[in-house]
Amino acid sequence: MDLVSPADFVKERLESVQAYALLSWQSITNLFSTPRYLADTLVQADLIGVGSLPITLMAGFFIGAAFALQSSSTMARFGSLSLMGQLVSLSMVKELGPVLTGLMVSGRNASGMASELGSMQVTEQIDAMRALGTDPTRKLVTPRVVATIGMVFILTILADFVGIVGGLAVSRALLGLDAHEYWSKAWQALVAGDIVMGLTKPIFFGFILATVGCYFGLSTKGGTQGVGRSTTQAVVVSSVLILVADLFITRVMMLIFGS
Amino acid sequence: MADSTSLAETSTALAAPAAAGPDIRFEDVAITFEREPVLDGISFALRHGETKAIFGIAGAGKSTILKLSLGLMRPDQGRILVLGEEVSAMPEADLFELRRRLGIVFQESALFDSLTVRDNVAYRLMEEDVVPPEEIEKRVREALRFVELEHTLDLLPSELSGGMRRRVAIARAMINQPEILLYDSPTGGLDPVTSTTIVELLVKQRDVFHTSSLLVTHRLQDAFTMASHVFDPQQNCMVRATPEQRQQIKMTFLILHEGQVIFDGTLTELKGSRDEYIREYIS
Ligand SMILES: Nc1ncnc2c1ncn2[C@@H]1O[C@H](COP(=O)(O)OP(=O)(O)OP(=O)(O)O)[C@@H](O)[C@H]1O
Ligand SMILES: [Mg+2]
Repeated sequence: MDLVSPADFVKERLESVQAYALLSWQSITNLFSTPRYLADTLVQADLIGVGSLPITLMAGFFIGAAFALQSSSTMARFGSLSLMGQLVSLSMVKELGPVLTGLMVSGRNASGMASELGSMQVTEQIDAMRALGTDPTRKLVTPRVVATIGMVFILTILADFVGIVGGLAVSRALLGLDAHEYWSKAWQALVAGDIVMGLTKPIFFGFILATVGCYFGLSTKGGTQGVGRSTTQAVVVSSVLILVADLFITRVMMLIFGS
Repeated sequence: MADSTSLAETSTALAAPAAAGPDIRFEDVAITFEREPVLDGISFALRHGETKAIFGIAGAGKSTILKLSLGLMRPDQGRILVLGEEVSAMPEADLFELRRRLGIVFQESALFDSLTVRDNVAYRLMEEDVVPPEEIEKRVREALRFVELEHTLDLLPSELSGGMRRRVAIARAMINQPEILLYDSPTGGLDPVTSTTIVELLVKQRDVFHTSSLLVTHRLQDAFTMASHVFDPQQNCMVRATPEQRQQIKMTFLILHEGQVIFDGTLTELKGSRDEYIREYIS
């Protein structure tokens, strides 16, 4: 490989960021004019939603259970095991559910999108689509972004729920806590601010993982090897961006709801 | 340049429905990839109803010319006019409309591998959403019959041979009878029999629908065949043209060499060329 000068390197990176920003912008503005591809959106929703359901449910349950178990020793030390329901539900809804779902779906679907669009790019199918008069950002990107946002949103709610159930299972079976008390504490703990934060995150995470997946797919260069590279990069970049976004959204929401 | 073509052809061009200017015009176009200039100031024109064969060694920039014509790539320098519109200056969003008036057959066919042959060929009509489904089905069958592949309707591209894929790609490109067709090496890597079938298709398309086209090819023989044969609708095959018919065939040849157009003219001019590289190329 040729050595690139630092100036060229920076320029290239800036251009990528610009191209990514443009693609993300278009993926949303496309919704405000025809043609819209509803059928493609439903196909994607099915692929992402149904396909990722088992792993998100599994992950949600076990993280809830493991979290309850981990916390139990700390909480027992401070004599407040009875607060388990609140702790698990707040953590799941505000933090663990959204982040876990985002990362899981990103591992499964950001990579899927990058490799699918990437192979289409290197076999000239994207060019063929443009040549046939179809805008790939409308036909391929927007349906994926919309479907992902919708599905990550729903999957997050489900993950939150099974996570709390996982915590309950551990609390009852291993810690001997009262199921009824756990359950009512879990619900009472959640106030509007927590729920808004918990439901805002998946919208951003879904948007990030879909746009990053599509961006790396569409910018694939260099044959099958390039497709492999795009796939890995899509997962890495989307996961990191999700974690960074998580911090920022948490901060902004805390400012808004004052906690 | 356009001016270098023969007078005989200019007179037949006038007989065609008067189009404003040529169908495609390149004006001093240059493009560079990774510091290598691939096209270095090329100019040519494709007139209405004309077929221009483009030659050049591998990597000469032939496919690039076709992609530039559709606005799939943008030149670093120069202007490209297609059907009177300057594609080199149009934003991508405006190009989709214009691209529907052109058809392209990619070098590697570029069929959508998740769609059946039927859906690949119907793609344009389904996208435009103005033709009713029964009419689409009818036209898809017609187009596939044209390339003699009607029996493959429900197959996936991965189940076809290379030559069959090429012919499906041709059917897909011409389903809505575009005004200009761009063929990228339609006979590349195929056996002589299949190649002849494909050349026959191109001759048929040219003589039945009078479509203008750019034909990229490695095989001079294909272009010579196109220049010397016409389609006979009665026998449904191409036949050797009579000398008068030959005069009517609007066929030109363009040779690329080191980023420049070193030849652009008729078969007679090509055969009469004194240039050493050209003589070697056509021998
Ligand atoms: N997207 C691209 N990025 C970088 N380089 C490119 C790109 N497209 C083409 N090139 C380079 O431009 C040159 C011309 O490519 P092009 O595909 O037009 O050649 P060609 O004449 O069609 O060759 P062939 O006969 O092998 O099909 C090649 O050297 C190729 O490496
Ligand atoms: Mg080529």
